[in-house]
Amino acid sequence: MENDVILQVRNLKKYFKTPRGNLHAVDDINFSINRGETLGVVGESGCGKSTLGRTVIHLHERTSGEIYFNGKDISDVTKQQLKVLREDMQMIFQDPFSSLNPRMSVSQLIAEPLLIYKKCGSKGELATRVAQLMDTVGLASRLASFYPHELDGGRRQRIGVARALALNPQFIVCDEPVSALDVSIQAQIINLMQDLQEEMGLTYMFITHDMSVVRHVSNNILVMYLGSMVEFADSEEMFHQRLHPYTKALLAAVPIPVIGAKKERKLIKGEITSPINPGNECRFAKRCPYAKERCHQEIPQLVEAVPGHFVACHYVQEINQL
Amino acid sequence: MEENILEIKDLTIHYVTDEETVEAVNGITLTLQKGESLGLVGETGAGKTTTALGIMRLIPDPPGRYISGEIIYKGEDLLKKSENEMRKIRGHEISMIFQDPMTALNPVLTVGEQIAEVIQLHHKISAADALIRATEMMELVGIEGSRHTEYPHQFSGGMKQRIVIAIALACDPSLLIADEPTTALDVTIQEQVLDLIENLKKKFGTSMILITHDLGVVAEVCDKVAIIYGGEIVEYGTLEHIYNNTKHPYTIGLFGSIPNFNEKTRRLKPIYGLMPNPADLPDGCTFAERCPDAMECCRSGKIPNIEIEPGHFVRCRKYQSQGGETDGE
Repeated sequence: MENDVILQVRNLKKYFKTPRGNLHAVDDINFSINRGETLGVVGESGCGKSTLGRTVIHLHERTSGEIYFNGKDISDVTKQQLKVLREDMQMIFQDPFSSLNPRMSVSQLIAEPLLIYKKCGSKGELATRVAQLMDTVGLASRLASFYPHELDGGRRQRIGVARALALNPQFIVCDEPVSALDVSIQAQIINLMQDLQEEMGLTYMFITHDMSVVRHVSNNILVMYLGSMVEFADSEEMFHQRLHPYTKALLAAVPIPVIGAKKERKLIKGEITSPINPGNECRFAKRCPYAKERCHQEIPQLVEAVPGHFVACHYVQEINQL
Repeated sequence: MEENILEIKDLTIHYVTDEETVEAVNGITLTLQKGESLGLVGETGAGKTTTALGIMRLIPDPPGRYISGEIIYKGEDLLKKSENEMRKIRGHEISMIFQDPMTALNPVLTVGEQIAEVIQLHHKISAADALIRATEMMELVGIEGSRHTEYPHQFSGGMKQRIVIAIALACDPSLLIADEPTTALDVTIQEQVLDLIENLKKKFGTSMILITHDLGVVAEVCDKVAIIYGGEIVEYGTLEHIYNNTKHPYTIGLFGSIPNFNEKTRRLKPIYGLMPNPADLPDGCTFAERCPDAMECCRSGKIPNIEIEPGHFVRCRKYQSQGGETDGE
């Protein structure tokens, strides 16, 4: 089992300094991902899920904690080591409109990583590899000389996928890769990513706010709220029973395209609070319908409430009658 | 109860420039009864927002042009109204909630002033009284009235959308057009806002057109659904018709594209290909190129609108033989 782990993160923290104090974007996160699997990271805007993804692949420097990749500690790396590391760790960005250089054509965009890493000896070899990548992600070869503004969102996102695949990585952080797309196109990209995962044995960290998508793609799901982990479990287990009050509310809020799917709304009060200098309390306490005195006085630790199902809530047993 | 508050007949709106003509809306026909909610569902570029702006007469001209059609609101054709008459209708009779609450509000006016503005515009009322009404509206949408002196940036996204809703409902309109009102919001906040819209709608008996791409949201709040593709309504019926007796291949494709929340699906069934360019729509059915059931006859001529069961219309040749009445031939 241990050998299967491709990425392990221990007590990872990322704080941003602000004039009003430290913003706890990522606070004490622990998880591991097995090779060839997908970890879904869900939460609402501002919960730190994108920061987590970026910190893992060193787009942000962590504040503290450890990151292991293929068993090797990569918490501190030099620029040189990072360049080598990036061959194996790539990212697909959310917005296919701003993540591509508007002055580069499709073939130039896909060739860029290959040129930086000097992967192709000759121009002919480069052209072959670019054509191959375009074929892999389903971009017609006639589009090679097009510029991003001439293409729709779905095709642009295919360029993003091709760029991430160019160096044959093992691990890809996908930061909301389909949120900017229409549903019919979204389904095409999800299917493409799943096919590629199967063919190439890729491991994904899939960051999203869409609960239906996360269930569809993930093996494990990590739920975040205001920088901290509130629940972690196998995806089927998570959808079978949600133990944390926040996860319950989050999943209950998803509109389902079936008539009468929802009888009544269980609204959670209020809105997300500030992650700057959070107090010594459960971060969800202010909105939680079950909150008691203890929740305002002590940060709950992540515990294994049911085998394989981790929850950070003082009253998990009581609420769920375990 | 059978009173039609809005009747759109054969509405066609094009954007005409020197280079090309974008056929954004092509012959849309809709009716909305008093107190009813209609979900207008479609993807980017389908013509949803143009339809909404078209009803409000907010299409920028040039390049926008009304090619044909009528928009009958309470028995009068809005397209025949002067700009002055329209100004009295907008915000008073028909209101709109815009998609992005971050840009819909004026950053240099307090939220109280912005709500009071619309009230003063339509009622003979002093500024002080308008402000009192404004604070009442804020309480109604769940924001403390005392915050009326604050500016939009001091509110979160969900709160801003509540302010936008307060502005839209301040003059008690008969018709509310909500253009993707919750798309920019998180799910838990979306839930709060939908709940608010629904409660206020019931309270005031407002009719609503909800524009969205989210079939889940429609299932929660709408009575009728119109599926729009390539500027045409391809399927139209009650919630029951569209969700439980889905007929049009595009609607079927839309449902197949959504991952099932309640059980794990192995693979999604996407719609192949892309939306046609509205500046260069194909002859015949606009969906034919992506349709798994397309036949030769789909690629030319006008596609009939078939009433497959009472009140359930499908614009598809597949059902021609079974069809009841047809129009548009």
